[in-house]
Amino acid sequence: MSKKTENKGQLAVLAAMTFKQTGARIGGFLLGLIILLALIGPFLAPFGFDEFIDAPNAPRSENLLLGADYLGRDVWSRFLTGGRSIIGLSFASTILGVGLGLLIGLFAASATPRKDAFVMRFNDILLAFPQIVFVLLVVSGFGSSIFLIAITVGFTHAPRTARIIRAAAAEVMERDFIKAAIAVGEKRRRIIASELLPNVTSPLLVEFGLRMTYSIGLVAAVSFLGLGLQPPAADWGLMINENRGSLTVQPWGVIAPVIAIAIFTIGVNLITDAIAKAAIGIDRKAKA
Amino acid sequence: MKKIRDFFNEGGLLLFIIGRVLAGIPIILALSVLVFLATQALPGDAAVSYLANTATPERLAVIREQLNLDDPLWVQYGNWAWNALHLDFGSTLTGETEVSSLLKERIQNTLILMGASGIVAIPLSIAIGVYAAVRRGKLFDSSSSVITLILAALPEFVVGILLVVLLSTNIFQIFPAVSFVDPGTLAWINPMILVLPSLTLVLAVTPYVSRIMRGSMIEVMESEYIQMARLKGLSERTVILRHAVPNAIAPTIQVIALQLAWLAGGVVVVEAVFAYPGIGTIMIDGVKGRDLPIVQAITLMIATLYVVLNILADIGTILSTPRLRTKYTRRSDKSDVFSGAQGEDE
Repeated sequence: MSKKTENKGQLAVLAAMTFKQTGARIGGFLLGLIILLALIGPFLAPFGFDEFIDAPNAPRSENLLLGADYLGRDVWSRFLTGGRSIIGLSFASTILGVGLGLLIGLFAASATPRKDAFVMRFNDILLAFPQIVFVLLVVSGFGSSIFLIAITVGFTHAPRTARIIRAAAAEVMERDFIKAAIAVGEKRRRIIASELLPNVTSPLLVEFGLRMTYSIGLVAAVSFLGLGLQPPAADWGLMINENRGSLTVQPWGVIAPVIAIAIFTIGVNLITDAIAKAAIGIDRKAKA
Repeated sequence: MKKIRDFFNEGGLLLFIIGRVLAGIPIILALSVLVFLATQALPGDAAVSYLANTATPERLAVIREQLNLDDPLWVQYGNWAWNALHLDFGSTLTGETEVSSLLKERIQNTLILMGASGIVAIPLSIAIGVYAAVRRGKLFDSSSSVITLILAALPEFVVGILLVVLLSTNIFQIFPAVSFVDPGTLAWINPMILVLPSLTLVLAVTPYVSRIMRGSMIEVMESEYIQMARLKGLSERTVILRHAVPNAIAPTIQVIALQLAWLAGGVVVVEAVFAYPGIGTIMIDGVKGRDLPIVQAITLMIATLYVVLNILADIGTILSTPRLRTKYTRRSDKSDVFSGAQGEDE
């Protein structure tokens, strides 16, 4: 019981130290903006996302805040509607991938050296596939579906997260309280859940943020390559792909989603960076 | 006496290098099995996709015979791997074209792009890292820290498109937005088309390497031997360039190698942005046409490149770190097969 409150205290300290930094506040603001946009955007859209309203590539006007896209649909409405898919998919794949990597990492760190070596060696082999290349390999075999993309992107995160978590957990395994718990005969599952996990929270949070940044990039890239959501869906990556050809005449169909994706990733990265700095600061204090 | 010791030291190092290279072979074999199995797990077999709509049971049987699909799995893998070793990846599903002849110029174009990016990115990021460390806490340091943090966050195709908007179509019209290369020629014939794709990759790689270099440089600058060099009365310039930088580079080598390996994946999307005729664009065409032999071949090549770069990074690290160099020459340690694959993104 006392352990739990102590852990809660740790998290609160980490959060306080994180959001004391200007970077984290700016990041939080940017991230909040994008999430708000995804939540209420579709209700604010003046037109349907697949409604043809004007000539293709019509310029900005009173009616059309950002002009029309390459088929004559309202760019502003498609922009407001197109955030949900990328935000949802990148969150889903990050949770899946980091969760899986966390399990593998904790398992390997607390296993016998032989099992640990076997799992991590196999893990290292998977690292040889760049994430986008692996996603493309799977899409080429199974065709594109958004569920498959979320699962595959998550799957490519897992070996990378597992490495980081195993390294952090292996260090914790060397400490006296773990040795004591083993000596007392605590079950391994209990050691993992109540001793190892609370002690890898800060690397886990940093890893989550980092993986989130990569997820956004991967999910958006797959859509941008035309292998994600299919027309007539409104999706930021797909919008960039569709309107790229008319960049010179009507740039807004590309610029609006590009800026939104940039704000999203920068926001996440600023928070991640601040968490990492806060964790280092707390560590130093603990050692001093 | 000294000569004999030197000989054995050199021998130990050579053994380490040979061992490290040999250790790469089972990994590449494992990668090829994974790539092969990934395509075996697919619904339907190659004969079905080969014939598409014209499939009848009789024709399927003929094609299966031709493609040796009735052989046991390990025989099929053996044939495929043996041919892949000779750079023969079979013919594409859509046409009669040999995958390897299709890839030849593409591979060269991609290597030109990666080379151009690497040649600019590596010295640039080392210079930024060193200068930021020397001017620690000053304007250059803090502004480069913010800029690299932002650049590291941006997906590479977003950077590419922003560069197109800025330098090609909307604000300035300096560089072409599309990389047109005459068939039969290579990309360096027209260096202008290389500018935007390589600049995109440079901006994607530089943040990581310069941040590591800065951190490593700061650590070295605080060390005792740098204080010693200063106390000897050497100029600050000599202290930095002759004493600090060479020592700070060693930890950066792994990151540089990993970033070069990352380039092999990043290049796929960046080529798509600029329609650059390399292996990336052809892989994406292959994915869209579900042309597995092409996708398999490129995946295996990129993964192999990653393993090779890791081996080179390990050797480079050992050679550039005196402490490790002597460690490996005393007893050629059976080190981790993959000890180089750490800190991939940071």
